[in-house]
Amino acid sequence: MSLENNTSLIDEEIIRKDESKGLHNLIYVKDLSLWHGKQQTLKNVELNIRDKGITVLLGPSGCGKTTLLKTFNRLTDLDPDIKTTGSIFFEDKDILTKNIDVYALRQKMGLLSQRPHPLPGTISDNIRYALKLKGIKSKVEQDDRIEYYIKKVALWDEVKDRLKYSANSLSIGQQQRLCLARGLAIEPRVILADEPTSALDPISSRKIEEQFQELSKEFAIVLVTHILRQAKRLADYTAFMYYGEVVEKGKPSDLFENPKTEIFKDYLQVGH
Amino acid sequence: MNSRKYLVEKIVKIILLIFTIFIVFVLLSIFYGIFKKGLSALNWEIISQVPKGGYYFGKEGGILNAIVGSLYLAIGASLIALVISIPAAFFIHTYLFSYPKWQKRVRLWLDVLWGIPPIVYGAFAFNFMLFMGWPSSLLAAMITVALLISPVMIRSMDESLQHNSKGLFESALSLGFFKGEIGFKFLFKQSLPGITTAFLLALGKGLGDTASVLFTAGFTDYIPESITEPAATLPLAIFFQLSSPIPEVKERAYAAAIVLTIIILVISILSRVLSKRFSKNRIK
Repeated sequence: MSLENNTSLIDEEIIRKDESKGLHNLIYVKDLSLWHGKQQTLKNVELNIRDKGITVLLGPSGCGKTTLLKTFNRLTDLDPDIKTTGSIFFEDKDILTKNIDVYALRQKMGLLSQRPHPLPGTISDNIRYALKLKGIKSKVEQDDRIEYYIKKVALWDEVKDRLKYSANSLSIGQQQRLCLARGLAIEPRVILADEPTSALDPISSRKIEEQFQELSKEFAIVLVTHILRQAKRLADYTAFMYYGEVVEKGKPSDLFENPKTEIFKDYLQVGH
Repeated sequence: MNSRKYLVEKIVKIILLIFTIFIVFVLLSIFYGIFKKGLSALNWEIISQVPKGGYYFGKEGGILNAIVGSLYLAIGASLIALVISIPAAFFIHTYLFSYPKWQKRVRLWLDVLWGIPPIVYGAFAFNFMLFMGWPSSLLAAMITVALLISPVMIRSMDESLQHNSKGLFESALSLGFFKGEIGFKFLFKQSLPGITTAFLLALGKGLGDTASVLFTAGFTDYIPESITEPAATLPLAIFFQLSSPIPEVKERAYAAAIVLTIIILVISILSRVLSKRFSKNRIK
C-alpha cells in the first residue's frame, strides 16, 4: 500500500488488521471535524474507505453524510464559512491541506449528485467535455470513448440513434446514467455518490444500483444513502452516521445483525 | 360555502379582465393616435432621404438621418453593454457563488442603477464630456446608453442563470473544470436565450431612449460617417418635430413614431424567435 511510509499519521492498528484480512484502504479519514459557521457538522470522524467495493454512509437526513462526501473532493471549499480540522489521507497526501491541486483531486473523485446535472449540449458533448479535460484531442478517439463509456453504463441501446440530441431530451434516469458515464470518462479512482437514486423511479434506481455493483470491482465507491434496504443490498462496508458522528461502522453482516448502540437499533427498526 | 367560492372566483376573474382590457386599450389607442396622425405623412421619401434645407418648415426631405443614427446608436450601445454584462453576470454566478450575501448586494445595486432616470446618466455623461472637452458624438451617446442598459442586461442574464446553475456549477467543478471555464463554456450556453433577450431588450431601449442622448449625441441632418461625429436619433427627431408649430412637421413626427414602433415590434418578435432557438441545448 502506497501509504505505508505515512503510517505514523494514520491508524496503524486498523491498517494492520485490514491488511491481514487482505483488505486495502484508499482513503483514511483521521479525526475530521467540520464547522459550518458556529455549528459543528462533523465530529471527530474516523473512517477508512476500502479500495474497490462499496462503502455506504448511512444515516438520517442532515446527519452530515453529504458534507463528509463533499470534503472528499473539496466541494466544501465553495462555502467560505466551512472550517475543518483533522486529515483525510488519499494517495500519500492529506487532501485537506492548502497545497493540494484541487482540480486534479476532483478528477480522481468523481461525484454523482442527487439529481443529474447534464451540461448544456448534446448527449455525446457531455462525455466529450470530460474527454477534452483529460486531454484527448483526436475526434476519432473521442467518439470511440464516448461509445465505450455510454455502453459501460448500459445506456447505449437507448441513445445510440440520438447522440446529437440535447442531453435535456433524456429521462431523468437516463440523465443520471449519462452523468455516471461522464464521471467515468474522467477516469477517477473513487466514485462519490450522493443519494444518486433519490430522484429516480424504482426501475432507474435498480439500473444505477446494478451499475454500482459492477463498477465496485474496479473503483472505490462511497455511497451516501438514507435508505436502509439500499445499504443492505449494496454495502461491502457500512458506516452509520448520526448528528455528525460515525456511530457504528463495519461489515454489513456484523453491523446489521448486531447493532451496538440504541440509536442504530432504532434506525434499523424504523427502516424495516 | 361553495356558492360563495364561485361568486368570488367570478368577481376576481372580472377584475383581472378589466385591468387587462384597460392596458390593451391604452396600447391600442396609442397605436391608433400615431397611425391616424402620421400615416398620411409616411411615404418612401421620408424614410429614404435625409432632411433637406427647409425640412423644419414642412418642406421635402426625410428622417433617414434619425433612423440610421438610432440604429447605429442602439447596436453600438448594445454591443458595448454586452461586453460589460457577460463577464459581470458570469462573475456573479461563479466567483461570487460562495458569497451569497455579496450576490444579493450586487443585485440590489444593479436594480438601483436601473432605477436611475436616463436624464441623470445623460447629465453625468455631459458633465464628464465638458470636463474632458469632448464634443457630442455618436460614441459618447453609445457609451452613455451602454451604461444605462448594462444593469438590466446583467440582471436579465443573471435571472436566466438563477435556475439550475448551482447544481450545474457543482457538477462541472466535480469534473475538474475551473470556475472561469465553467462561466464561459457552460453558463454561456445555458444563458444564451437570456443573453439574446437581454441584447434585444437593450436594443429596444437604445432605440427608444431620449433623455440620455439629448446632451450626448447632439443632432445633425446628416448620416454620421464616424463614431466621433454627432448623430440624430428617432426619439429626438420626434421630440423636435413635435415642438414645431407647423402641422406638416408635426405629422412627420408621428410618421417617425410609426417607424420607431415598427422597428421595436420587429426586434421584439425577433427576440422571441431567437431566444426559443437558442434554448435548444439549455438544461431545464
